[in-house]
Amino acid sequence: MTSAGHNFERGRLLLEMMERIRAFEEQACLAAERDKLVLGAIHPSIGQEAVAAGIMHNLLKDDILLSTHRGHGHTLAKGASSLAMMRELLGREGGCCGGKGGSMHIADFDVGMLGANGVVGANITIAAGAAHAIKLLGDNRIVVDIFGDGAINRGPFLEGMNWAVVFKLPILFICEDNQYSATTRTSSMTAGDGAAARAVSLGMQSTTVDGNDVEAIADTMADIAARLRAGGPPELLHAKTYRRTGHTSFDPATYRPANEATEEEKKNDPIKRQRAILLAAGMSEAEIQSLHENAQKEMIDVLKKATDTPFPANETAFQDVQDIGSPMVEAY
Amino acid sequence: MPKLSYRDASLAAVQHSMREDQTVWCVGEDLGRGGVFGQYKGLREEFGEERISDAPISEAAIMGAAFGAAMIGTRPIVEMRFSDFALCATDELVNQIAKARFMFGGQSRAPMVIRKPMGLWRSSAAQHSQSLESWYAHIPGLVVVCPGTPQDNYSMLMAAIACDDPVVYLEHKGIWDIEGEVDFSKKYEFGKAKIRREGSDVTIVSWSNTANLAVEAAEALSGQGVNAEVIDLRSLWPWDKEAVLQSVAKTGHLVVAHESVAVGGFGAEIVATVAEKAGHTLKGPVRRLGAPRSLVSYAPNLEDMLRVTSEMIVTAAQETLEKAN
Repeated sequence: MTSAGHNFERGRLLLEMMERIRAFEEQACLAAERDKLVLGAIHPSIGQEAVAAGIMHNLLKDDILLSTHRGHGHTLAKGASSLAMMRELLGREGGCCGGKGGSMHIADFDVGMLGANGVVGANITIAAGAAHAIKLLGDNRIVVDIFGDGAINRGPFLEGMNWAVVFKLPILFICEDNQYSATTRTSSMTAGDGAAARAVSLGMQSTTVDGNDVEAIADTMADIAARLRAGGPPELLHAKTYRRTGHTSFDPATYRPANEATEEEKKNDPIKRQRAILLAAGMSEAEIQSLHENAQKEMIDVLKKATDTPFPANETAFQDVQDIGSPMVEAY
Repeated sequence: MPKLSYRDASLAAVQHSMREDQTVWCVGEDLGRGGVFGQYKGLREEFGEERISDAPISEAAIMGAAFGAAMIGTRPIVEMRFSDFALCATDELVNQIAKARFMFGGQSRAPMVIRKPMGLWRSSAAQHSQSLESWYAHIPGLVVVCPGTPQDNYSMLMAAIACDDPVVYLEHKGIWDIEGEVDFSKKYEFGKAKIRREGSDVTIVSWSNTANLAVEAAEALSGQGVNAEVIDLRSLWPWDKEAVLQSVAKTGHLVVAHESVAVGGFGAEIVATVAEKAGHTLKGPVRRLGAPRSLVSYAPNLEDMLRVTSEMIVTAAQETLEKAN
């Protein structure tokens, strides 16, 4: 049971962020399908925006985030520039990663976002290591690592979580459960009771939250962040949501019932749910509409600017490989 | 100048680096008790359990966690125990560590040393004996080094710890006990080979323990009136093309010798480079020595079937000289 009534301003910010993420990804999908400007795969998180907005609302700029191949929302919510992100998706100069990473490797170290990852589950051990360094250096940042439900069947899930518990690291593992592992239903390929139960078996505190309820996620995360900042042990948060698109923007998702996504949208769209909460708490329809329109306008503009940006200079293909034995001097 | 074993030279390098730089720390299985080969002995007592950190038998987590820690301001020394076990952390090394700086457009660095003791070690069989240096040389983003002497295991490890790139540091576990004088003031420059023995008749290029065998071979050849030059490459990426090309220009004869499997080995890269740049100056056929493409056995006689020996290097040198144009 949640209500924005107790914190109207937070509720507005959460909706605003979800609207921005949705608008960004809608434009990214248009850029891919309509404009043929996104040449590689993109993995939209449409329908999953509540996790990004609710979690990042409670993180500081210096806190560390690691994410997945489906990480646009997390990155935007952590504070990355929408324009730099769109340029990255289009492989352009001025992209977050200079056009070298694309959607799957989006990162913005200036806002503590240490990278999406093209390998499922790979960030779990890396995130544990970031938390390990924070402990060694004696500073008080916290680390959040988001992975999907498919990742819990990879080895790094066990190795990284065990590591975090053994070394008592300031990290929150979030399983953003959208119910699909690429194009297969995760439940059909997963033994036992899933992420939370596995975390509990390692002695880790584990919380389950409605992954489409942004207010509940923000409340839960506020409590977890406070515990971690006070030196608490690592925790896991299981947020069940739903992936409305296919695995990639090009995947028609014919492997699931035709009406499954539309039914989910009707019942559980996190943006619609938050609008209803804010309306009930007294926000005007006009203001809610303006949040939507502002987000749309921002992202339409961002796509236009990104489209007008040149591709990176050819020689950057050889830059930032390594200092010693760099291809800039060793190229044949 | 102290006389140190190959093992203790590495230990001194870690100790000296950790004294100088508080962000250097070591992580791996059994480090607290000194490491499986004793190469961390006494460091726990000096630096404590946070900086000489034990780890669960979780190679992927050791490698991945060290990488995460490297990206935010520490300099981890990762101990993989045996190079064979590092294969459990291949994604972390190849897909993550080697690629991060490039993939993120230069936003990150991974200043870390990945120690992987490699090579034949009596009767350790197929999963504790491999030399896979050529694999790593194939991966953009990695520096790959193979020290073969106590001096190099000091100077090269100091340089690797100070390096901002990830360095795959391949010590040979068959030579932990060899001793030599170590000058702590001697600096190593990546990509600079060492001429272990000067000569004018034939060039022998090698690295790691096989470079020691090449020096023995050169001594035997000198008894036969053959003056061999031995080049210890020391690092495979980058590797010292100039030293090899200059030597071959002088001798006109090339032997490349390594312990790892010959097929697809780094020796092929050296031979191809010499063929491209100086093939017209060769006076005899190139000889390339490496292990047959078979697996290391447990039984000592079978193990020896895969071993490149100093006698084989002598024979190879004689062959290229006999078949001179």
